[in-house]
Amino acid sequence: MAEPQRARPKPTPETQHFWDGTKAGELRLQRCDACAHVYFPPRPFCPSCASRKVSIFKASGKGFLYSYVINHRPAAPGFTPPYAIAVVELDEGPRMMSNIIDCPQTPEALELDMKLEVAFQELDDKITLPVFRPAKG
Amino acid sequence: MRKNQVAVVGAAETTELGVITNASQLQLHADAALNAIADAGLKLSDIDGFATAVETPQQVCHYLGIKPTWVDGTSVGGCSFMLHVRHAAAAIEAGLCKTVLITHAESGKSMIGKLPRSTPADSLNGQFEAPYGVYGPPSMFPIPVLRFMKTYGITHEQLASVAVVQREWAAKNPRAMMKEPITVNDVLNSRMIAYPFRLLQCCLVTDGGGALILTSADRARDFPRKPVYIMGTGESVETPMVSQMETFNSSRAFKTAGPLAFKEAGIAHGDVDHLMIYDAFAHLPLFGLGDLGFMPYEETGQFIADGNTRPGGKLPLNTNGGGLSYMHSGMYGMYALQESVRQMRGIAPAQVPNAKISVCHGVGGMFAASGTIVFTNER
Repeated sequence: MAEPQRARPKPTPETQHFWDGTKAGELRLQRCDACAHVYFPPRPFCPSCASRKVSIFKASGKGFLYSYVINHRPAAPGFTPPYAIAVVELDEGPRMMSNIIDCPQTPEALELDMKLEVAFQELDDKITLPVFRPAKG
Repeated sequence: MRKNQVAVVGAAETTELGVITNASQLQLHADAALNAIADAGLKLSDIDGFATAVETPQQVCHYLGIKPTWVDGTSVGGCSFMLHVRHAAAAIEAGLCKTVLITHAESGKSMIGKLPRSTPADSLNGQFEAPYGVYGPPSMFPIPVLRFMKTYGITHEQLASVAVVQREWAAKNPRAMMKEPITVNDVLNSRMIAYPFRLLQCCLVTDGGGALILTSADRARDFPRKPVYIMGTGESVETPMVSQMETFNSSRAFKTAGPLAFKEAGIAHGDVDHLMIYDAFAHLPLFGLGDLGFMPYEETGQFIADGNTRPGGKLPLNTNGGGLSYMHSGMYGMYALQESVRQMRGIAPAQVPNAKISVCHGVGGMFAASGTIVFTNER
């Protein structure tokens, strides 16, 4: 029997550009053409002013550690505990859930407000996940 | 909505609570409903309004043999029943129905006839949270805690004291699952679940149910039990994704629902004799005390650690032992409502002397939804 796999996202028409972006090594966000609001998760209208005129752009991939848990049990399929489930605040404003790589999964190493940068983890030929690592320099 | 126009005239939990291996989830709905109907001195045929969550109204109505003219299937998580109370009160006042039955039941532990919960891979949660290893409420609900602690200077010991104080209340309650006294050290040395939370800061997983019956305050005088009036109500939703909350320093849903209920009731915080704040995890009472405006967030942890919410304290909180020690079938809101009603009737196992106003505040999902009910036993 195959090893249990981590949950695989399945894109929808509204989110396809995001997953195309990660596959191409880009973290893509959306900005409202009318009110300049930057938002996530993806949708083809602005959740702040309801305008349907919105643009997709490549985000800086920089942010900071807003909060997290270190999950011990029960572990999700495909994960070896303990592992951190983090929420990253992007420099552009929106927050997203993620994992923190290249960093011990401990309270000592995972300091709130630490600077992070995006990295890309290929799950299969369709899906590449955005994750974050401590920023260099 | 006008205050004190609708009252709870029937209230009961399932005959058993805890581990129930001889009944399906649907039968637990019926058991709670039949107990509440007996409590109110009614017949099934007297019920013309019905509300429930997770299970559909048609499922439970057909099983019970109820023929309603008003139904509400609002299902927003564990506080759904607070919303049902609010909606039922409005419906009764509007003349859509006369006597509403609200049921909850969950085979949360034994999983007999329990509907599956799943996160589709193409939902927003499935795309943007599930791939990062969230797996059930313990891995999600505590995600805001570290930010909340840092912002307000809340300590691990203060968060541990929530569980200690609630165990003191549970010790007075024969139906509570966990009654052995615990210390802050016991909490901080219990098994790690999802840092910063350990086992004793996470809710129980049990089987059970409860039901309420509401009717107009004018009719309520003719019922066998002391009426408990709906004095104020509030509700809101925010987001099903914990990562997308506006802030981790408060809950927008709490901050909307709570003050709405206080305003409708026309009460100040000093008027509150008894308080229930849905405690799926140990941080919820702190969010609740702050978001409902009882005190600045910075003071919430020390307020509990100092014993203000324990038996004999100035603000009795979660007097049944809460989701941490009384029971938690998965959607705990009904049990918080039951305890508020018992306190207002004056029959709670750990009765607060002369309590006249009880505030019952619920959460649904991971801060996804909220409902608040203010009860009183004086009209």
